[in-house]
Amino acid sequence: LRFEDLPEIAQSTIRQALALGAADAECTISEGAEFSANVRMGELETLKEAASRGAGLRVLIGRCMGSSYTSDLTPDGIGLMVRSAIDLAGLTTEDPHADLPEAAELGSVTSDLGLFSDDVASLSTELKIGLAKRAEAAALAYDPRISNSEGASFDSNVGGRVFANSRGFSGSYRSSYCSVSVVPVAVQAGALTGAMTSMERDYWFTAARGLSGLEDAAEVGRIAARRVLRRLGAVKVETQKVPVIFEPRTARTLLGNLFEAVEGRSIYRHASFLAGKLGEKIADARITLIDDGTIPGLFGSQPFDDEGVPTRRTPVIERGIFKSYLLNTYTGRKLGMKTTGNASRGITGNAGIGHGNFYLEAGDKSPDEILRGVKNGFFVTELIGSGVNTVTGDYSRGAVGLWIRDGELAFPVSEVTIASTLQEMLRGVAEIGNDLEFRGSVSAPTVMIGEMTVAGR
Amino acid sequence: MSFSDSFFAAKFGISRRDLENYLSEALSRGGDYADLYFEYLATSSIGIDESIVKSATQGVSLGVGVRVIAGERTGYAYSDDISPEKIKHAAQVAAMIAAGPAKVEKTPLEEGAKRKLYPVLIAPSETAFRERVELAQRADRAARGYDSRVFQVQVTYADNLREVLVATSDGTLNFDRQPLARMSVLVLARDKEGVPQQGHSGGGGRHELEWFQKERTPEYFATEAARQAIVQLGATEAPAGEQIVVLGPGWPGVLLHEAVGHGLEADFNRKGVSAFSGRIGQQVASPLCTVVDDGTIGGRRGSLNVDDEGNETQRNVLIENGILRGYLQDKLSSRILGAAATGSGRRESYEHIPMPRMTNTFMLAGESDPADIIRSVPRGLYCANFAGGQVDITSGNFVFSASESYLIEDGKLTRPVRNATLIGNGPEAMKFVSMVGNDLKLDEGIGVCGKEGQSVPVGVGIPTVRIDRMTVGGTA
Repeated sequence: LRFEDLPEIAQSTIRQALALGAADAECTISEGAEFSANVRMGELETLKEAASRGAGLRVLIGRCMGSSYTSDLTPDGIGLMVRSAIDLAGLTTEDPHADLPEAAELGSVTSDLGLFSDDVASLSTELKIGLAKRAEAAALAYDPRISNSEGASFDSNVGGRVFANSRGFSGSYRSSYCSVSVVPVAVQAGALTGAMTSMERDYWFTAARGLSGLEDAAEVGRIAARRVLRRLGAVKVETQKVPVIFEPRTARTLLGNLFEAVEGRSIYRHASFLAGKLGEKIADARITLIDDGTIPGLFGSQPFDDEGVPTRRTPVIERGIFKSYLLNTYTGRKLGMKTTGNASRGITGNAGIGHGNFYLEAGDKSPDEILRGVKNGFFVTELIGSGVNTVTGDYSRGAVGLWIRDGELAFPVSEVTIASTLQEMLRGVAEIGNDLEFRGSVSAPTVMIGEMTVAGR
Repeated sequence: MSFSDSFFAAKFGISRRDLENYLSEALSRGGDYADLYFEYLATSSIGIDESIVKSATQGVSLGVGVRVIAGERTGYAYSDDISPEKIKHAAQVAAMIAAGPAKVEKTPLEEGAKRKLYPVLIAPSETAFRERVELAQRADRAARGYDSRVFQVQVTYADNLREVLVATSDGTLNFDRQPLARMSVLVLARDKEGVPQQGHSGGGGRHELEWFQKERTPEYFATEAARQAIVQLGATEAPAGEQIVVLGPGWPGVLLHEAVGHGLEADFNRKGVSAFSGRIGQQVASPLCTVVDDGTIGGRRGSLNVDDEGNETQRNVLIENGILRGYLQDKLSSRILGAAATGSGRRESYEHIPMPRMTNTFMLAGESDPADIIRSVPRGLYCANFAGGQVDITSGNFVFSASESYLIEDGKLTRPVRNATLIGNGPEAMKFVSMVGNDLKLDEGIGVCGKEGQSVPVGVGIPTVRIDRMTVGGTA
């Protein structure tokens, strides 16, 4: 089977489902070929290479739905999948809002989104291993305290996705991905007699749709090296309330939290602190939050969502005002609204909600200027744990970073938490940096929150 | 059951000779070791929301993973087509890690011992789908009936049946049938138009469906989720800073999983990147603490007859009376370190390379009466339930997020407080354990552990434990 054959399999699957009594049907087929090479301490450690496929089906009989999937794309495998979905539709309950998008809503972005680059598949294994080695070698050479490594990797994926439904949509696209990442480990003996040895790790990476988009592997290694070195000798600080600066890597996690609070499922279930707040001022006027699935070359872009609706640009928060939820067809119907083209799923089941390129617009101050304005505060470089409750907005996470004294990064801090509520954090945004970079599908510049509780000693 | 009656032999006609041929192919370019992992997985899931059965999904996947180890190098390939040509092709791709003539003398495949930790005749996934839908509907009704302030209930029921076959070039031939089922209930409650609060409960294991009728009913999980949501309605801000923390029995054992367990996985230690590296024989916890990882408990979510490398699982002592005793090994690490197998090699699926992983991780019971432990605390925090946790194994810093906790004032639980993250350092935090209860409890069977992108089911457990110093990340 070639990728070009898959749309016909999807169409045939839908025909079979309709023949067995489905009123509507949707079929997704995806394929992927993955490659990864890991090196550690200059030696190749792991090579992995393989490809796989899967097909999924969702049917509606009346307002009842059933779904199924298979890794077996032979006629027998597809036949079993179709019967399974039809059978299950007999066991679910009528859901008055269950439906496919209207025919008029279906479609695809027509411009080239630059999702696929054929150089990813054609690069030799030796060169890929070489890139990972180059990143790690640069990190290890950077400073004698970087004496160990968890390794470096080159990863790539070349995939394709096919979607068709019984309302006339049929579409497909191919995509590619490649990345180089490295995780150096630094060790430093205790400064005082009897003090603990400090051992830390950090990481850095570059990722792109094609090889030409990758940054220099050696520079990736040097950035990772600087990041891990500045963590050595971290201490716990006193519990206090201070301004907190999130560097881009941690600021983007705040967007992840906000996404959960603006997506339609949590809104219609009242499981979001932002439910019912559309049109209200929920954030400082500096905040403009955009979802855009149509920016060429970025990881959050795709021509149509996982229900066959074109992706688009949706301002979610504009200058502090809550402008739009992110919706698929189902949650749109629940809320008396239209889909925003944000349907997302694996290969089967009801569509959930995903984002395109979800980003916070840049401000005009440089990160250095923001830092210089803080007398006593916390600069967060890593967050761990899952302590964010989007129902209530309560926020409490483990944090690692650097203490700010008189506008400068003074010393490393770890084993502390930062806490507030997302409501107060949104309103309390005091600065936004000019350093927005799209390094993944969620992106943010430096963000400073006026006050949070840092819990330590 | 002998190999010839096993799933892959009976259903796909795979013979010992086939397996030996594939292993030979995998070692055709040299290499010290090769293995094959065949996996068939059938899954079902049911979702109820707003009392509507909104989703019902079933599916199957099938594939084989081929691994070749040459020194410290690993080559891996997989195929979702188990025809001989495709398996041979995967074996050739995996073999590229090695360079040189074939040199391994073949060890004849020998069937491993058969254990029955989950003697399930009819797996939940083999029962009528409607029965499972009805179980989920019972949970929905019970949660709604618990209290008029409950206004949203989501019930998820999911099961799977995994058939695995492992064949290795050092002679292991093992197969297993691994059923697993889980129900979870998420409840939202609110006072009139007040702020909603959330409660969550669930459980399951490697049981027949009857377990949900007899041992842990849908009503049990529903009531527990609703109770937690109602408790949260009265919660106030959590304290911030160092506190005396008392962990309740059961799921709070996630502390051990994060603070200790991950740091003792041999891959990190062989590389010297864990905060526990090189500390075997050292005091890393108070002498009251003995922590084990036990994959052999009947029916438990984290238990396996054989691990995903064909080794029998076992009961491994990680910390004994506060002294670090051992690491969790997979095949690669035990080869490199010259250590005995611990039955801890696990993988998410045939698409994944095995790694050392936990099974059911818990602390053995101590001697204190749990009521005395709470009475001993003048002021502190009692954590009854957690949402999950994470660890940085290199620095040893770990967090876990309390989802139900109470202030302790003058030896009594006074009022519930809101979600807060607790943070500590692995090799240090457990030195502050000053009392261990006699009430060891394992969790209800809902844990999922993620590591390097691979998720596997696990269990945790702990008795009531007093920790004299831990940082609590509240706002008050």
